[in-house]
Amino acid sequence: MPYIPNTDNDRKAMLETLGLDCVADLFRIIPESFRPKSFEIPPGKSEFEVSQWLRHLAGKNATDLVCFLGGGYYDHFIPAAVDAVLRRGEFYTAYTPYQPEVSQGTLQVAYEYQTSLCRLLEMEVANASMYDGGTALYEAALMALRVTGRNKILVDGGVSPIYRKILYCYTKNLSIEFHEITPVHGQSDREEIAKYLDDRTAAIILQNPNFFGAIDDFTDIVNRAHTVGALAVLSVYPISLGLLKTPGEMNVDIATGEGQSLGLPLSFGGPYLGFMTTRMEYVRKMPGRIVGETVDREGKRGFVLTLQAREQHIRREKATSNICTNHALCALAAQTYMTLLGKQGLVQVARVCADRAEYARERLGAIPGVEVKCSAPTFNEFTIELPRDAAEVVNQMIERGFAAGFPLGRYYEGMEKYLLVAVTEKRTKEEIGQFAEALEAVVCH
Amino acid sequence: MSLIFEKSTSGRRGARLPESDVPATAHLPEQYLRAQPAELPEVSEAEAIRHFTNLSHRNFAVDRNFYPLGSCTMKYNPKVCEEVVRLEGFSALHPLLPQLRGGGLLTQGALQVVYETERLLSEITGMAEFTMQPMAGAHGELTGVMLIAAYHRKRGNRKTKVIIPDSAHGTNPASAAIAGYGVVSVPTDSNGVMDMKEFERVLDSEVAAVMLTCPNTLGLFNPNLRTMAERVHNVDGLMYCDGANLNAILGQCRPGDIGFNVVHVNLHKTFATPHGGGGPGAGPVGVSEQLRDLLPTSLVVKRSDGTFALEYGRSGSIGYVAPFYGNFGIILRAYAYILLLGKEGLIRVSENAVLNANYIMHRLKDYYDLPYNRSCMHECVFSASRQMKNGVHAMDIAKALIDEGFHPPTVYFPLIVKEALMIEPTETESKETLDAFCDAMIRIAERAEQDPADFAARPRSTPVSRLDEVAAARKAKVRA
Repeated sequence: MPYIPNTDNDRKAMLETLGLDCVADLFRIIPESFRPKSFEIPPGKSEFEVSQWLRHLAGKNATDLVCFLGGGYYDHFIPAAVDAVLRRGEFYTAYTPYQPEVSQGTLQVAYEYQTSLCRLLEMEVANASMYDGGTALYEAALMALRVTGRNKILVDGGVSPIYRKILYCYTKNLSIEFHEITPVHGQSDREEIAKYLDDRTAAIILQNPNFFGAIDDFTDIVNRAHTVGALAVLSVYPISLGLLKTPGEMNVDIATGEGQSLGLPLSFGGPYLGFMTTRMEYVRKMPGRIVGETVDREGKRGFVLTLQAREQHIRREKATSNICTNHALCALAAQTYMTLLGKQGLVQVARVCADRAEYARERLGAIPGVEVKCSAPTFNEFTIELPRDAAEVVNQMIERGFAAGFPLGRYYEGMEKYLLVAVTEKRTKEEIGQFAEALEAVVCH
Repeated sequence: MSLIFEKSTSGRRGARLPESDVPATAHLPEQYLRAQPAELPEVSEAEAIRHFTNLSHRNFAVDRNFYPLGSCTMKYNPKVCEEVVRLEGFSALHPLLPQLRGGGLLTQGALQVVYETERLLSEITGMAEFTMQPMAGAHGELTGVMLIAAYHRKRGNRKTKVIIPDSAHGTNPASAAIAGYGVVSVPTDSNGVMDMKEFERVLDSEVAAVMLTCPNTLGLFNPNLRTMAERVHNVDGLMYCDGANLNAILGQCRPGDIGFNVVHVNLHKTFATPHGGGGPGAGPVGVSEQLRDLLPTSLVVKRSDGTFALEYGRSGSIGYVAPFYGNFGIILRAYAYILLLGKEGLIRVSENAVLNANYIMHRLKDYYDLPYNRSCMHECVFSASRQMKNGVHAMDIAKALIDEGFHPPTVYFPLIVKEALMIEPTETESKETLDAFCDAMIRIAERAEQDPADFAARPRSTPVSRLDEVAAARKAKVRA
């Protein structure tokens, strides 16, 4: 057994030390009637065999489609240096830095990650990571209830339907009053929001760009929320912040999002990275690990887990959240990615995404029968209306080698002809041209 | 060590990105744009790599030496598992692909991984079915309690509270509370398991569930579990098993056979996926037959033609606890691990984990107080109360161990043991390593007698000495 070093002789010597005859003696406390009714697991295999089997399974997945599929999860380029850092056993085989003197690597990375994220979002404080964008948004909603002591939440219908499903799932057993505000022409309905915002409202939850791809400046809604004492919660797409107005500039109270685009592979849905930021005045109501700077006995700078009185291992049922293990290694990936791209690279990647998406939007909009639906500006994703069922068109596009986008009918009734198309910096002009030609051939058939 | 921001030089780049080959047509109105670019570092690739490599040197890790952090199961993580997740057929796969019409056929390999891991976990734990979605142990707990709440809602039961032992992880009461339940804490008896008298006193018709870790956080097995399950089921309550310590009982007994209705499993503990410096892990949740309909959306099923598909819309599903199918990269590592070990390997895991823990307990029990002096499972919990008489606390012993080259055990947990030292060796350590660790612990115990003043300045071998945590919390400097 390569992963179990003790030989039979070792075991014998150890059992002798314990004064036992056999290993079974160690399990005498387990009543005989508890013995497994069945334990039908296949026999073990060699590393070579397992590796071959998984190569075989990997080969059954199509990763050669040209990807225009987004929906909050994007096919961005990841520099090789990100994985080189992730492969350091010193990082990935360590655990939560309970002993700070031997965990300064993990702790400093988390501190740097918090800093990068705060600078990217222009927010005051970030935690060290959450699971994903959806659960981060749910945690933000609960945090808003704690901060305001209220129990009504408005949710913009432009927030990812996946996130909204997560939000409602977790809160089913709690008495929270939700109101969803249906967007008009793919944009937030400001009149309706104003109507429902009142002094019982804990928060309004928004997303930028929204699920349809529209970008917005929510400053007016945020201000309106503040006048009734409600918080503004905004979910953002971090790559877009290379260009777009930040949550800080919009005076948002809690900003969250999905960090997958910051150097994490799509990996069939995870592990991803949830992030959460807020104002310093709310930091003690924030969930999750937070790393802070301090000094050692000699006055040397060092880092520790801090403000732990919020957390489950101290407060138990009174904690701000039940989160313990988070997604630290994913935060390391994001911090490495943000470091490699740096101040200029992040602007560049956002610019290339926006330009190529704009080009794609024009090309696709020129196809007879295809209409670009959103009149608002978009970043790297946009909605088009097809002359027929989008799910069917997507199915036919697969045969032509394209993951053409996400059919909105899956989550929005009456939008069966709508297709959400994403363009990243990996999609060349040539691929966009081929995509437009293929789509034209399919829809005009 | 300097922060990466302190190494920044204006104009440096660490990655060359594709240039745009289309006209720069995206002229977004100024109102939607940020005023200033984010002040991210500006360094070359080599500077970035050196920075993070040097930071990695400031970490203790399983790949460096023995890491007996009790309750966390810091076992060795096989390298082939790291290799397979990087196969492009898995890593580049978009999670929405199987939700497109015809997309399921393009993701058969990935769906098969999720399905087969689910089947293996069901067999290992004796449960009817698992959701693979929860992304951490605590996330699994929350999902489990939500399933319990949905069960009671469906039955029209009025349930208000969850019974949890005082030895439990903090996540247990936190998860129960966040799902909307009150928490009733039950003390531990002199044998180190839940006090039966007190349990029976607090058990009433409003109890939604009893959450127990098996074996418990003292590393002890509770032989009363089946009796407890019967009592709980009599009031239509459910039995929740925190499977954080499943590594101790692999192939020895199964939560489902004992009477548990819900169990979560930490893939990053029992099934050797790396801990990542604090995640990502995975906490799949298994349920007994009567809760299957409630499982989160979606599930992977095998169709009669042998293909795999996503199943949506089970009648009572609690909904979405994760955006997709769980932490797929972690599930894949665990799948590879189970295939590598197989039946006999998994049984050998529990045997050696328990043997190693008992060996350490035996070697150290003359030197440290053992509050529950009975055969343990995969971990043993000592108390430093004897050393404390000389002013040497559990934390001092932890810091002294660092200078001996070992990661310290978990200290001050479980909360019910004064000055707790919780040692979990795992099965991936050799007798020589255990002996070297025990020798170090014995030297430390002797030093606590002879030279207690020595401890205050430890650790000495680390890049920083003891850090001022009080000052950190007071000034809360949490970003540069």
